[in-house]
Amino acid sequence: MGRTVLSSLNESLHRMMGDDDRVIVLGEDLLDPYGGAFKVTKGLSTEFPERVWTTPISEAGFVGVATGMAMRGLRPVVEIMFGDFVLLAADQLINHAAKFRWMYGDRVDVPLVVRLPMGGRRGYGPTHSQTLEKHFLGVPGLVVVAVNPLIDPGELLETAVLKDDRPLLFIENKKMYARPVRAAIDGRIGALRVRRTEGDYPTVTAGFGGPQTAEATLVAYGGMVEIALAAAEEMLIEEERYVEVVVPTALNPFDVTPVLESLATTGRLVVCEEASAAAGFGAEVTAAVCDQGFDLLRAAPMRVAAKAVPIANAPPLEQAILPGQEDIVAALRKSLGGRGQSIRIATG
Amino acid sequence: MAEERFCGPAHRFAATAGSTGEKLYAQMRLIRRFEEELLARFEEGQLAGTTHACIGQEADAAGVINHLRQGDVVFSNHRCHGHFLAYSDRPDLLAAEVMGRATGLVKGRGGSQHICWENFYSNGIQGGIVPVALGMGLAERACGRAGISVVFLGDGTLGEGVVYEALNMASLWSAPVLFVVEDNRWAQSTPVEKELAGEMVARAKAFGIDAGEVESTDAEELYEHFGPLVDEVRRQGKPRMEVIHTYRLCHHSKSDDMRPRQEVEARKAGDPLPLQRARLDDEAAARIEKEVEARIDRAFQWALDQPFPGPESISDPLAR
Repeated sequence: MGRTVLSSLNESLHRMMGDDDRVIVLGEDLLDPYGGAFKVTKGLSTEFPERVWTTPISEAGFVGVATGMAMRGLRPVVEIMFGDFVLLAADQLINHAAKFRWMYGDRVDVPLVVRLPMGGRRGYGPTHSQTLEKHFLGVPGLVVVAVNPLIDPGELLETAVLKDDRPLLFIENKKMYARPVRAAIDGRIGALRVRRTEGDYPTVTAGFGGPQTAEATLVAYGGMVEIALAAAEEMLIEEERYVEVVVPTALNPFDVTPVLESLATTGRLVVCEEASAAAGFGAEVTAAVCDQGFDLLRAAPMRVAAKAVPIANAPPLEQAILPGQEDIVAALRKSLGGRGQSIRIATG
Repeated sequence: MAEERFCGPAHRFAATAGSTGEKLYAQMRLIRRFEEELLARFEEGQLAGTTHACIGQEADAAGVINHLRQGDVVFSNHRCHGHFLAYSDRPDLLAAEVMGRATGLVKGRGGSQHICWENFYSNGIQGGIVPVALGMGLAERACGRAGISVVFLGDGTLGEGVVYEALNMASLWSAPVLFVVEDNRWAQSTPVEKELAGEMVARAKAFGIDAGEVESTDAEELYEHFGPLVDEVRRQGKPRMEVIHTYRLCHHSKSDDMRPRQEVEARKAGDPLPLQRARLDDEAAARIEKEVEARIDRAFQWALDQPFPGPESISDPLAR
């Protein structure tokens, strides 16, 4: 088996720490032999004992510490053990790290990266399964980037840590760690044709039939990407309908251009996300499309999202709560079948 | 107001003419008159928003900050004017900032509570600055520099949980950080008896951090007191907390003082300015006062003449 998302991230951290003394890693339970809850930091403390700091259970505290380090010449990478715990550091991120550069008249930079393993489908229950980044989208000054298997996650992390001087949430996905990296070769990933935008945090657009054949645009990021691709495949096999999947990595600031480019062909938009829909990523994408590409739409945009309840522990309940392939397929069918519908949340 | 290279508070203090007593008085006088002038101009409608004066607490700033070197970091809070003026000696830039001018410390974006200049920072969120200041101190060491970090907090801020996360980590990681608690007995309108259980110093000691306290509004006493403490943090590379029991003689922000009149009046006996002035000969004190007055006039006049920032200065915080 080739590289996984996990091994790509782990190798990237090893490479960066080896190349750049300013990189320092902080978080809970990072030291070997444990090497972090999801093993992303495995081996680092053995190789770089001075620069891997295992912390007390103090998310606000160590995010603040890393912020101070970032303002004084280091390139800290913080691991929040479960992304859910980032709420403890919300004040640090929103009232401190995200504000400093602008509030201080551009006198400082805060090159801080906070890694957040998000997502459910592993049976961890209400407080260890969430996808919470929607609460941090739209915070002025705070970048939100989400990993997906179509772009080398380690390269993305390296860009965030070494090239980006802005405070940044790096959204990982627990279920994705074991998945193989499926970066494109010559514009293809297996049977998928893909194109990707330029820039540090590219958007990948993938479809089975190439751009001109697509009839619907499905936007997905992070942990929803592979589910969205499976839904697109099902639509092709079961219905002979081509769906183009647009996969952004930068959630904030969000560039809607690749979505509009796809919509220019398809006119139909479905956005899926693992969090609940209200005031979320899908709402933002939909609003941006209405703002900048309303004329492209031939059907009402649709959102596929989690039910607005905490995420249950029992596997059948968790499955019913989180958006799945069948929910996406249902939304795509609706989008392709009708026109002029009001915006609805399809949750299966 | 000619720009001169910033060489750090200790260097400037040593290079300034006059006795230590005169210099401390001049600094405190500058802080006091600056804030009185601010409050007066608020009344005249020249300033918007709010401000938190440190009238009565000037000796803290003078006592601590004059020991700091160029590379040392200071992180202050909402009540930061005194700390900043002791650090920078730049009333002009602060006046322009508080008056919302484009040439203020941070382009009129931060105002009274959110400033940054050289290695001085402040933020208006209680407690949250403490881990940031800790990270700065740790970075000084990690980068092989000799700087220390000094963070100012108040008795009220000791109610914030993140302070204890920071104390714990400061001790675990032996950080060169001096935590200065200015206990002015009142958290806005709440007396310390209603907001703080146990002992302040014991809180730091519980984490294995050396801690002490001093009850004083005497600038010379505080200056003597903090010299060895700053040295110790620098030399030993480990944290310390020091509590200064003082008193705020003014309101918390503006026209919000509901404290018992008798208590405030009685505390005026401890006003650090008359205390220090009494040590100087009258002629020297009068000369200092005249110089301070002229500087304050110039600073505010300059600030008033500065332009307001226009909407074109609203840059994207995420622009690279």
